[in-house]
Amino acid sequence: MSFILKMAWRDSRASRRRLLLLSLSVVFGIAALVAIGSVSANLRRAIDEQASGLLGADVIINGRIPATAEWAQAMAAPGVEVARERIMATPVAAAGATQRTQIRAIEGDFPFYGEFDVKPADALRRLRQGGNVAIVSAKLVEQLQVRVGDTVALGRARERFTVIGVVASYPGSPPQVNFAPAVAFIPFAALSPSLGLRANRLDLRLPRGLVAAEFVKGLKAGFPDSGLVIATADERRQQLDDGITGFDAFFHLVGFVALFLGAIGVASVVHVYVRQKIATVAILRCLGASGRQAFAIYLLQGFALGLFGAVVGAGLGLVGQGLMPALLKDLFPFPIHFFISWPAVASGMVSGLVICLLFTLLPLLTVRNVPPLAAFRSALAERASGVFDPWRVVIAVSIPVAVAGFAVWQTKSVRFGMGYAFALGFGFATLTGAAYLVSWAARVFFPSKMPYVVRQGVANLYRPQNRTVLLLLSIGLGAFLMIALFLTRSELMAQLQGPGGAGRPNLLLPVVEGDELEPVTKLLSDQGAPVVLQTPFVQMNLLSVNGKPPGRRWRLPGAKDTVLFATHRDHLNPNETVKEGKFAGTAEPGAAEVPIALSPALRRGVDPVLRLGDIMEWDVQGIPMRTRVTAVLAGSPQFQMAAGRRYEFIFPEGVINGAPASYSLGAHAATPALAAKAQRAVTAAFPQLEVVDLSAIFAVILRVFDKIAYVIGFMASFVIATGIVMLVSAILTGRFQRIRETVLLRTLGASHRQLVLIQLVEYAILGILATVVGAMLAVGGNLLLAHFVFKIPAAISPLFLLEATAAVTLVTLVTGWLANRGITNHPPLAVLRQET
Amino acid sequence: MSDLPILKVERLTKTYPTAAGPLTVLHEVSFDLAAGASLAIVGPSGSGKTTLLGLCAGLDRASSGSVTLAGEKLDRLDEDGRARVRNQHIGFVFQNFQLIPTLTALENVLVPIELRGASAAAGDYERDSRDLLKRVGLGDRYDHYPVQLSGGEQQRVALARAFVNRPKILFCDEPTGNLDGDTAQAMVELIFGLNRERGTTLVLVTHDLELAQRCGRVIRFRSGAIVSDMPGSPAP
Repeated sequence: MSFILKMAWRDSRASRRRLLLLSLSVVFGIAALVAIGSVSANLRRAIDEQASGLLGADVIINGRIPATAEWAQAMAAPGVEVARERIMATPVAAAGATQRTQIRAIEGDFPFYGEFDVKPADALRRLRQGGNVAIVSAKLVEQLQVRVGDTVALGRARERFTVIGVVASYPGSPPQVNFAPAVAFIPFAALSPSLGLRANRLDLRLPRGLVAAEFVKGLKAGFPDSGLVIATADERRQQLDDGITGFDAFFHLVGFVALFLGAIGVASVVHVYVRQKIATVAILRCLGASGRQAFAIYLLQGFALGLFGAVVGAGLGLVGQGLMPALLKDLFPFPIHFFISWPAVASGMVSGLVICLLFTLLPLLTVRNVPPLAAFRSALAERASGVFDPWRVVIAVSIPVAVAGFAVWQTKSVRFGMGYAFALGFGFATLTGAAYLVSWAARVFFPSKMPYVVRQGVANLYRPQNRTVLLLLSIGLGAFLMIALFLTRSELMAQLQGPGGAGRPNLLLPVVEGDELEPVTKLLSDQGAPVVLQTPFVQMNLLSVNGKPPGRRWRLPGAKDTVLFATHRDHLNPNETVKEGKFAGTAEPGAAEVPIALSPALRRGVDPVLRLGDIMEWDVQGIPMRTRVTAVLAGSPQFQMAAGRRYEFIFPEGVINGAPASYSLGAHAATPALAAKAQRAVTAAFPQLEVVDLSAIFAVILRVFDKIAYVIGFMASFVIATGIVMLVSAILTGRFQRIRETVLLRTLGASHRQLVLIQLVEYAILGILATVVGAMLAVGGNLLLAHFVFKIPAAISPLFLLEATAAVTLVTLVTGWLANRGITNHPPLAVLRQET
Repeated sequence: MSDLPILKVERLTKTYPTAAGPLTVLHEVSFDLAAGASLAIVGPSGSGKTTLLGLCAGLDRASSGSVTLAGEKLDRLDEDGRARVRNQHIGFVFQNFQLIPTLTALENVLVPIELRGASAAAGDYERDSRDLLKRVGLGDRYDHYPVQLSGGEQQRVALARAFVNRPKILFCDEPTGNLDGDTAQAMVELIFGLNRERGTTLVLVTHDLELAQRCGRVIRFRSGAIVSDMPGSPAP
């Protein structure tokens, strides 16, 4: 062992800078895994600590609260504390402005957990004392321009309440203030019937030892037909945890791409290194070293370098982790505190080290088969890599198994994990195949009439020890990932930006009654926001689905009938596509069976059994109607948002046109300022109407998306950094291999310019081809993502692809030029003497 | 000189598979070599000299026949067993020196000792190695890397390395092939001098007939077979 340690140390002396590339190759991959693993642990701890605070209670019950003795008894269980709430939406006016606002009338010790961030701090205590006082949200302050001490008028009866505090955040409030609804908290006792329809809510704090799930199970069993919607903090924690798992898996896989790319770099560095060490191994074998000893020397070097890479990577990952909370703070509804998760650090390091070692072993196995006779006959050294070694098969099988295993472990899904591993393998195989094709084509279609430097550059693509496969892989995989990321990002951005541009609606009025239609339309037009989308919808009662009464989940909590909304039109909306069946635009009035389409806005989660061919029977305001689902539509987020969720069934023209309808209006304002002005005008004239300013929401979504894109970009930067290390490593190892040849050419009279041009020709060909293949893979991957994951139309810009190709080729050329600088200045004698 | 053979070669044959069919490069070669003797193997390029040397030193396996070295039948040993024999009983000097470029002169000499698991610092090995380097005239070059040494100096390091584990037999493959006349002559003196001092058996493969004549015995080789086996004219 002592000899192996000594020899590994001594032998590495002359190659440490080169071997550092091996470490660097895995540094960024490990850094990415450590960073994301540690951030994920931070998030999970934050959830564990704050899940109750997010709801403000252990259990929340929404719906019509039964007024029975049994219910009262259930709520009076020992140790259970109850806070009542009533929630309603009503206009709130102040100083000439009106805003539709969520009113929450509270009683008891709400919130039991979490932070109610109000200024002044004693406002909540004063609210609990009762009276016509209100704590308003920052959003309402912004919209009504009110301050503490001002008076606001609530509801159509304009009941006056004094603002005693402004709340910045409270349990359940969204992380982005612009997403938060305008809210006013008032004392429960101050409620009056004039404030309109309301929903009931109970917040419960359970005594220690009483498990929320058990308590809820008991309630559901005791009140089976109550239609109550019950949520627990544990469920919320689980939901958030599931969300984190998805986030965690996605970013771990991005990190793993960096590691995988780096591991290929490791294999390449080791491959070249081993070739250079064959003579040394043969000498050691002559002097009595066994194959195992020789192998152990280089395995130890690989392990030490991998470990060094893992330690540096972990350090870098922790620096990355330090930056992440700032990037993520607006995406999660709780503060994220930084701490180092040692299990995550260890997991990232071990994953990196295992992958690094597997990729090191594959080329390193050659060492085991170097015959001592190679010290006499160098031709025998070449045969060492061709010797059949069963361990080579074991490692070759272990690598894809490890990659797939890692992906399944991270995604917690065999299907997605295997899909990821397959995609990675496909990209790898395509680029490798392209590399062999390039080598073959360079040989077969050799440009024999081109100038010498071009011929020499092209010949470099297929000569022994060429860098074609490695460079195509490193540049191609990097280009693939970057282009795919940018394409997907720009498509999602285009979808989100859609409603604000090109005359599409950016002000939405989800419900406008028939008698309000004309004045509202005129007012909007006068305010510079003409109506561009007017969708009628008809309220109807669903009687049966395939002959059976609809399930209770179709009904609103506590409602007796299944009231749903349908629209009628003879065309598909922009961005809508027929996913299944055939869209029928018209039908005969009085037809025995009316063909209908399921809108993309249908709440599929409510009743997932609805499908093509189902028979649905309706009561359309007194008239029975039998329909058949003949089409299922798909649509983009933009469409769904602009359409609201009012109409879920699309009838053909001519069937329900006569029924009394309400309308959903979409108006277009040229600027956000105009949109805000029009919104204020409509709310002032029609306080009962809800006006949603999509431009503001989209601006927030864009900001959030930008943030997500930034986080993705941050993670992708690890991949890009690895790609650059790999590129430099591929070029430098090529430089070590080619130095003798360059010196010989120099000795024979090649000019500096000729030598540089030969290299540039080679790198230009490889850069262009790798980017083209990478771009093709990215376009393919993007089409699949757009179609199957985001369900949006893919938009590939040829100009962007051209720019990307030019940029990556330029980076390759510059890197190649920088890495090879000085190669032509080597004194020939020194290089030739190195061969001894 | 002992009469016991330290090297016994019996009906040694080596055949390589080629695209044109099997190629036999050694045909049933047999000879014995007594401990302390010196043998030169001469013959034209491609006659099978180096193949024979490789088989005698356990660097390769014969297609048939056997080699017994220091009482051990090499064909019955696996690769690790042959490695052990090489380390314990054999020293090598190669035409192209074959120093490990990443090790200093002293470290190169120490390799066979360290391979045995002996600690250089613990025993007299390092002192022996230094003495050997001094003996070959490189007392002031311990810490020099091969690239910092001339061809003759590199070969002298190789010679010191060959003798450091006190081998029973020294195999030299064209030891002066890459050296100029004066340097080659000095090298030859060193090889024979050390051989005498240490009582080592010497097997020398060479083109140089003058050098071959300095051995006690000369075997001429052609097309993989021994064509003559005659005594040399060693210096007294």
